Amino acid sequence: MTAFVRYESKLQAESAVIDEIVLAGDGWMKELLPGQVIRIVDLEGNQAADTLFFDAENPDDHYSAVATITGQSNIYLTTGSILRAESGKELLKIVADTCGRHDTVGGSCSAQSNTVRYSHDKLHMHNCRDTFMLQLAKHDGGYNYTKRDLAPNVNFFMNVPVSPEGGLRFADGVSAPGCYVELESLCRTMVLISNCPQLNNPCNAYNPTPIRVLVWNP
Amino acid sequence: MTTVWSKTINPGDKWSATISKGRLLRFTALRDDANLAMMLFNAFDLTERYNMPDTLKAQYTAHLTRGNVLMSDNGRALASIVEDELGWHDTISGLSTRAGTDTKYGATNYQQLRNEWLHSGYENMAVELVRCGLAIRDLGPVVNLFAKVNCDDEGRMIYDVSHCKEGATVMLRTDMDVLIVLSNTPNPLNPSVSYPASSVQMEVLEAPPLDPATDYCYNFRGENRRAFENTAEYHLLAGR
Ligand SMILES: [Zn+2]
Repeated sequence: MTAFVRYESKLQAESAVIDEIVLAGDGWMKELLPGQVIRIVDLEGNQAADTLFFDAENPDDHYSAVATITGQSNIYLTTGSILRAESGKELLKIVADTCGRHDTVGGSCSAQSNTVRYSHDKLHMHNCRDTFMLQLAKHDGGYNYTKRDLAPNVNFFMNVPVSPEGGLRFADGVSAPGCYVELESLCRTMVLISNCPQLNNPCNAYNPTPIRVLVWNP
Repeated sequence: MTTVWSKTINPGDKWSATISKGRLLRFTALRDDANLAMMLFNAFDLTERYNMPDTLKAQYTAHLTRGNVLMSDNGRALASIVEDELGWHDTISGLSTRAGTDTKYGATNYQQLRNEWLHSGYENMAVELVRCGLAIRDLGPVVNLFAKVNCDDEGRMIYDVSHCKEGATVMLRTDMDVLIVLSNTPNPLNPSVSYPASSVQMEVLEAPPLDPATDYCYNFRGENRRAFENTAEYHLLAGR
């Protein structure tokens, strides 16, 4: 495995101010303060945590997959990666990673893209973009998030290799039970997670599983 | 094929317009090393737009060329690449920014240089989006026509400086009525220390009717066929 900077965190779960389980198919949306650290744990392995970020001081400026990868001239995310907004603003930094490369090119699943990728009769199936939209609809924080704010996200724990010839495929997960990724917020950042319910491809062995989300104060 | 309209988009320029379905858009690089950033929206529902991940995942590709369909976030074909002399168009590198432009080419401003000051892709897109009733929240990945950026096995991104030659063309077909937003600004990964200076000619022509039995893009993959079927359903219900 290349482009993987393994770094274990020294933070202890007992000192976290938030410690929650997010079941497969569920969402999670909370604001981080500057210096707070968020850890996402792949409890059973090979899960995908589809995650979006917004500059909470200017939510129009959402996470940008392309600004992030272009900013580091590498398409994979791991320890040291700076996650950027569309404007180029630095939102978060990955400070620990025991999993491997994380994808940010593959985006999230949706009912509509499922009809394209698999078949028209998949339209009813639960998907990440529905989870995102439900979280946005329920959000009550002074900013009216809509579908327009859904940009390409990070897929923590997902392995989507891109070949030098420009191919793209979905490889076996590089994650395992208990693997985690940890990010430090560099500003006020809104975090929006969809714990992927995808049942149409083998990346999670057709078995979506829970994740654990912890947050520490600086 | 009848040319309806044509325009030259100079380095640093931006442009946007609504273009109806069933037209061909032929883009020609007038110098080497062109990069034309493009966004596409459904002209009748601007919340529906080009979706880079959906487009790439559905076609198992990290680059765009002939046969590829530019898909929306609602699973529809917005436009398709019907001819391509280059074999590779980038959609993972995004837009140049003001900070990046100043760092790479030196800070410029209108006060000193008048209209010779250097434009950034982010600012160009922001202006056109706001002009069209949108906002920076509508920004997302663009298609960088004429640019090639590939990745090595470690994921490092490499801009191909010799990819685009003067005279190279690519032709898209609109499969829905689209708002197209263009910015002729450098690819952010172009290592050139001078601001790239290639104008791009854009021609709009009437496309022959799409024949699902023989159309190359329609039949390129099953995924593409289903995206076209979703578009046809949308047009049927909307009466367009
Ligand atoms: Zn998903």
